[in-house]
Amino acid sequence: MSSSPHAATPEPAGEAPALPAARGRGLTKVFGEGDTRVVALDSIDVDFERGRFTAIMGPSGSGKSTLMHCMAGLDSVSEGSAFIGETDLSSLDDKKLTVLRRDQVGFVFQAFNLLPTLTALENITLPMDIAGRKPDQAWLDVVIDTVGLRPRLAHRPSELSGGQQQRVACARALAGRPEIVFADEPTGNLDSRSGADVLGFLRQSVHDMGQTVVMVTHDPLAAGYADRVLFLADGRIVDEMLAPTADRVLERMKAFDPETSAAGTH
Amino acid sequence: MWRTTWRNLLAHKVRLLLSGLAIVLGVAFVGGTLIFTDTLSKTFNDLFTSTSADVNVARAAAFEQGLDGTGAGGATSYVPAGVVDEIADVEGVAAVEGYVQAEGVYILDRDGDVLDTGGAPGLGINWNTEPSVSPNTLVDGRAPEGPGEVAIDTNAAEETGYQIGDTIPLLTPGPRIEAELVGTFRFGDSGGLAGATLTAFDTGTAQELLTEPGQFSGIGVAAAAGVDDDELAARVAAAIGDDYDVKTAQEQADSLASDFGEALSFFNVFLLVFAGVALFVGGFIIVNTFSMLVAQRTRELALLRALGASRAQVTRSVLAEALAMGVVGSTVGLAAGYGIAAGLRALFGSFGLTLDGSLVFALDTVLWCYAIGIVVTVVAAYVPARRAARTPPVAAMRDDVVTSERGLRRRTVLGTVLTVLGAAALVGGTLTDDGGNAASLVGLGALLLILGATALSPVLARPFLRVVGGVLPRVWGTTGRLARENAVRNPRRTAATASALMIGLALVSAFSVIGASTNKSVDALITGSVRSQFVVSSAVGLPFSPDVAAAVSGTDGVEDVTQMRFGQVQLDGDTSFVTGIDPAGLGRSIDLTFVDGSAEGLSGDGLVVDEGTAESHGWSVGDPVQALSVDGRERELTVGGIFESNQVVGSTLVSLDTHAALGGTDQDRFLYVDLAGGTSPDEVRPALEEALAPYPVVDLKDQGEFRDEQKGQVDQLLLLINAMLVLSVIIAALGIVNTLAMSVIERTREIGLLRAVGLGRGQLRRMVRLEAVAISIYGAVLGLVLGTLFGVALSRALSEEGISELAVPVGRMAIFLLVAALIGVLAAVGPARRAAKLKVLDAIARA
Repeated sequence: MSSSPHAATPEPAGEAPALPAARGRGLTKVFGEGDTRVVALDSIDVDFERGRFTAIMGPSGSGKSTLMHCMAGLDSVSEGSAFIGETDLSSLDDKKLTVLRRDQVGFVFQAFNLLPTLTALENITLPMDIAGRKPDQAWLDVVIDTVGLRPRLAHRPSELSGGQQQRVACARALAGRPEIVFADEPTGNLDSRSGADVLGFLRQSVHDMGQTVVMVTHDPLAAGYADRVLFLADGRIVDEMLAPTADRVLERMKAFDPETSAAGTH
Repeated sequence: MWRTTWRNLLAHKVRLLLSGLAIVLGVAFVGGTLIFTDTLSKTFNDLFTSTSADVNVARAAAFEQGLDGTGAGGATSYVPAGVVDEIADVEGVAAVEGYVQAEGVYILDRDGDVLDTGGAPGLGINWNTEPSVSPNTLVDGRAPEGPGEVAIDTNAAEETGYQIGDTIPLLTPGPRIEAELVGTFRFGDSGGLAGATLTAFDTGTAQELLTEPGQFSGIGVAAAAGVDDDELAARVAAAIGDDYDVKTAQEQADSLASDFGEALSFFNVFLLVFAGVALFVGGFIIVNTFSMLVAQRTRELALLRALGASRAQVTRSVLAEALAMGVVGSTVGLAAGYGIAAGLRALFGSFGLTLDGSLVFALDTVLWCYAIGIVVTVVAAYVPARRAARTPPVAAMRDDVVTSERGLRRRTVLGTVLTVLGAAALVGGTLTDDGGNAASLVGLGALLLILGATALSPVLARPFLRVVGGVLPRVWGTTGRLARENAVRNPRRTAATASALMIGLALVSAFSVIGASTNKSVDALITGSVRSQFVVSSAVGLPFSPDVAAAVSGTDGVEDVTQMRFGQVQLDGDTSFVTGIDPAGLGRSIDLTFVDGSAEGLSGDGLVVDEGTAESHGWSVGDPVQALSVDGRERELTVGGIFESNQVVGSTLVSLDTHAALGGTDQDRFLYVDLAGGTSPDEVRPALEEALAPYPVVDLKDQGEFRDEQKGQVDQLLLLINAMLVLSVIIAALGIVNTLAMSVIERTREIGLLRAVGLGRGQLRRMVRLEAVAISIYGAVLGLVLGTLFGVALSRALSEEGISELAVPVGRMAIFLLVAALIGVLAAVGPARRAAKLKVLDAIARA
């Protein structure tokens, strides 16, 4: 696995002054109080540029999931601000946050991404159905064909393999053309082949469809699909790697903490 | 293992509370019923034992007459005063005194209304001066002496607020009178009269008003010290001859108590049936709760198995939980039952049926409550416990909660068989002629159908919710679709939850159909057979003085008054209720359809009976019938006519003269008032009302009002039954709460996901709410369909008993459906709030 999957990264030409799809300023998240006080995020500044695939890596407890949750409006920050586009999430109440997640954010979780009672197609269009919007059929067809799910649309999740389920989840995340897609260990439960399918699809969505994707992972192989890797440790961004390869990422992780990097190699 | 059980119990407090509540309600109802009926029995027993002197003498009855004071009694027979002297000479008699006792004495309150007795009699008595033969003890004032003075029981005094010295109006079997209140007295030890009122006159006045001068209703004898009651009774009997019935206090109380016992046991059964329904429904919820508890804990139980716990240990652990819940639930239920009994007592008190003394809390009650509560819970938990034990240890490793979606084939087969059998019994019931058998067949059919529907309902749930639930996505979009899918995803659970509601609503709607049919029949009956413009009677059929009839017929514009009286005689050896009626009134006031003979056949010594009676005795027109009165008078009657069954007049009619000749009292029960030609009811009404003003025990009703009054009684009974059934509906609602609460817990991750991808809190709440409504509508529809079938079948089966018409109250059914939907909405409040409160991240983090 030495080929570098990111080889043909096109720069978002001519959009240099454009606002990033999401950014964090002085993001701080503190859990607990007193003796049990844990600083999960320690005043992080971060930009996620439009049309790029960013991976967030770091050892367990580094704060990578918390960063994603705060950026995605799933969790509140203790200090600082998270922006999706121009919207400051801390200024939104639960209702507006819900609408924002529905309309501007796509999610892919590690597991339990799908509602067991709905078919694959219904799961894909769920956020739009909730909003009471008709999906853009042409776009939907593109998404469905890209993930290669057309023959499976009428199936329920229990009739799909783990890889197919994750592809349905990806299709759902993309179907609404969100501002940004957050993926939390999307391949954590998959065998390497299914995982490669899903990652390839995420990368394709960035490069072919201009989607913005942020992925949390501890797998260097997965990070190798990204355009950029952010390394977190103790709640801070400690390093950044552009045009990563799995090997480089693995090297970097080893330097970090031998224990975690060992866990990252399959 | 025991520690795990204990920890589990404590870990799921809310769940525990909800399923515990089902047990509590069921047990509370059983306990309340038992306590209340025990209290009722004790009140009556006290009444009888304290009523009687050591030895009681009455005129020997020619046959067992049943209960006095139930409106059925009729013939009176007296004991002449001379017998008192004869008994006084018997050796061992310490005291002897004649007593007078008769129905039809009503105390009027300050507004001139009859003091409400709740259907119990208003009794008039003479004041016995000898305390050893009298059950009454003077509390205040003095004994009545001479006409114009009365004493009343303390309950009546309290309710009317009359003070000693007040002049109080009284209705007697004869004239309306006014008398000075000179004393109040307590009846028996406790004063409890079960609603009856007592008015005491001095002996002379009492005889004048209630019997005849020199005649007593009976004689009370007190035994001298050291003389055995039985011995004394034998001596008295020897002294006065065969014409009299001599009973010891014990014999008297026993015979009265056994008469009342029958009436009470019916009441007891009636209440216990509802308790049974409540427990049955409660059982569903307990089964459901434990199934869900076990399903949720599959992983935990599998882990226990993996760690080496045996199947038996897992089963025991779950059963031990059930046992603990059963014990706690029964204890709380017992306490709540005490409250229910107290409530029932207060309710009866407000109807005038005062039960004094404390509630009877028998050991039996305690034992039954625990037995029922614990057995139902443990049995209900057994199946889930077995299933839990079969949890394969690998389930612990698996990520998904194992929801065993076993085939429904066995249920389908069982349910179909039960349903077919039930339907057959139901149809058989409607085709059977004999009313009693028909009703039993319908009852059996109903039970089988309920069981069949319960078995089949998981099978039916999917298609029903797919089709009927199709409305949900159309109206509420994705939320509606999610709700529907959630409702069908576990058809067993949905069905079990809905079944509880189904049973309650099946019964409620069955009774509604019967009630509506009865009302329609009453309408048809009265419209078809009553010709009179007005009816005069008391609402509960109390007897009243013939003075009323005289007052009515003396009113301008009134052409005729037909009096109707009731009595009991033996006809060809069978004790029968007979109606005494003015022969001229038949055909004029009341129209009967004669199959043979005619209304003229009633005059003289004529006897007119309905078809059923004629058939069962083998009588035809012209046949002689031997009549025997309670006081032993014999008379030969001739069957003069046979008519189509008609509840307005009863089954057996004699003329007023025959009625009197057979010892019937001269107390009327109904008056049918015919107006002179050319006068309108509106014109005559004011005069009639004025004529009746002194007799508040009766009401003047035109035909419409009479119909409404009769129907009102049906409605009241219906209301009472529905009030009882509300309990099972409450339990069913709790079941829905329980199911939803568990579902929300089970679906935490899904809820988290839905929230993450943009489902608002409001939408989430609506989703839970719609699921609840879907479940409750499903149960309600099943229940309404079954109930309508039961109601129609039972109405048809009872067509011989007077339910001639059939009516299905569609409007009321629609209301039931709405109420069911509302129950769903209410049941969802808590679970929906809980679901909406889940933090998105926490919910997802469970993954």
